[in-house]
Amino acid sequence: MYSEKVMDHFSNPRNVGEIENASGVGTVGNAKCGDIMRIYLDIDEQGIIRDVKFKTFGCGAAVATSSMATELVKGKTVQEAMLVTNKAVMEALDGLPPVKVHCSLLAEEAIHAALWDYAEKNNIVIEGLQKPVNDIEEKEEDISEIY
Amino acid sequence: MKIYLDNAATTQVYPEVVEAMTPYYTEYYGNPSSIYSFAGEANKAVSHAREVLANMIHAKAEEIYFTGGGSESDNWALKATAEAYADKGKHIITSKIEHHAILHTCEYLEKKGYEVTYLDVDEYGTVKLDELEKAIRPDTILISIMTANNEIGTIQPVAEIGKIAGKHGVLFHTDAVQAFGHIEIDVDKMNIDMLSASAHKINGPKGSGLMYIRKGVRIRSFIHGGAQERARRAGTHNVPGIVGFGKAAELAKATLKERIAYETVLRDYLINRVLEEIPFSRLNGERVNRLPNNVNFCFQYIEGESMLILLDQRGIYASSGSACTSGSLEPSHVLLAIGLPHEIAHGSLRLTLSEKTTKEELDYTVDELKKIVERLRSMSPLYEDSLKEKRS
Repeated sequence: MYSEKVMDHFSNPRNVGEIENASGVGTVGNAKCGDIMRIYLDIDEQGIIRDVKFKTFGCGAAVATSSMATELVKGKTVQEAMLVTNKAVMEALDGLPPVKVHCSLLAEEAIHAALWDYAEKNNIVIEGLQKPVNDIEEKEEDISEIY
Repeated sequence: MKIYLDNAATTQVYPEVVEAMTPYYTEYYGNPSSIYSFAGEANKAVSHAREVLANMIHAKAEEIYFTGGGSESDNWALKATAEAYADKGKHIITSKIEHHAILHTCEYLEKKGYEVTYLDVDEYGTVKLDELEKAIRPDTILISIMTANNEIGTIQPVAEIGKIAGKHGVLFHTDAVQAFGHIEIDVDKMNIDMLSASAHKINGPKGSGLMYIRKGVRIRSFIHGGAQERARRAGTHNVPGIVGFGKAAELAKATLKERIAYETVLRDYLINRVLEEIPFSRLNGERVNRLPNNVNFCFQYIEGESMLILLDQRGIYASSGSACTSGSLEPSHVLLAIGLPHEIAHGSLRLTLSEKTTKEELDYTVDELKKIVERLRSMSPLYEDSLKEKRS
């Protein structure tokens, strides 16, 4: 059901990990729906994304879109990164099954959330960037008892 | 290496079964409803299968009706009973963990003016008998509770449910698709009025099922258009499919005891290894009172579909109750019904064994699974957060 590119990015995900003292971190999604993406950006003084890492809880498509999104923004300026839309991620992966399109939206939102964090920390305004909807903050149920 | 651990989805058709079926495609292809002698062989084969299948559940041959599979039988049991007993009432009782063939049919009936009570289950997936009895009303016409659950394998107290149904004069249907041929079923001892079963879960062909309907139960025709199956289920008999079902049942009956013993040992070995060796894992369903071939785990912090793809890449075929495998955003209704939060339910894995599964296969599966779980956790933000919480 997945394209070869999706399978490749799922099986060999690029840029998995964390960045300590990252310029910006964004987490989007909701464990209830089964997808959470977190993206770390390392941005230099010129506003160029020097490094990017991600961590994802989710299905094959969620991992692949995270991986592809990080590839697409790496080395780009903040403004260029704004052009990495969910469509761009999907196209780069040779498409996604209809039920998985939301994963690519999540990838776009994760990038935006990380950029928002960077902008807030540095007190700057990134043109076209809106405050991300971050819905994972709601209190999770206590799950320690069932293990 | 290819390791098939999805025997609850479907099973291999045994060569003996195919062999038994073949002549009814090529040689005795006559329509069993025809009058000439050539059709006699086909007719005889259908009768023989009916007897074998009746025998499996201690029913009479004339109480077995052939259908196109388990889902058809479930639909028939609910819709036709609802119609036939509408003068008595319009209330049906079922559980929250039934197969969708039951649940979606109930939703359909609700739209037609019927009322349905969906019973809760306990944390192991067992229907609560006191709640069942409390739910019975004067206008209750049917109780439909599965014999064993397809996802988590929990075996229901069918005999007790039958007793309660009988005491209140309510019909009792059980969806035995996962249980038939895997555990002992006695429709008399268990006071079952109707039962659904399917051939492809017991090494028979797909598209062949049955419904047991106790003599005396009022039930309407489901498929109109012929006199087959006492005019209740029209359509030319799927003779090879029926023969295959009969043969598969014969084999299943002959090996039942040793198969249960063998699978139970392997099942428990698998459960113990996983729970001991993989942290933050849990077994879903009842520990002992479960189908001999069913194992269902949840692994915290990871998602089911990712697990399935990585297992597939290592030649291991399994299934999950995660949303991503169902085409919706909701994880398994069964896992939610036993009280699991969504994020845990997303990380489920079902492994269903067969009598051909070996210990070596399970060892390889657990070894690979450990690496897969570890790998997915290493990329999970939830795992990262939990580690940080523990450190702080």
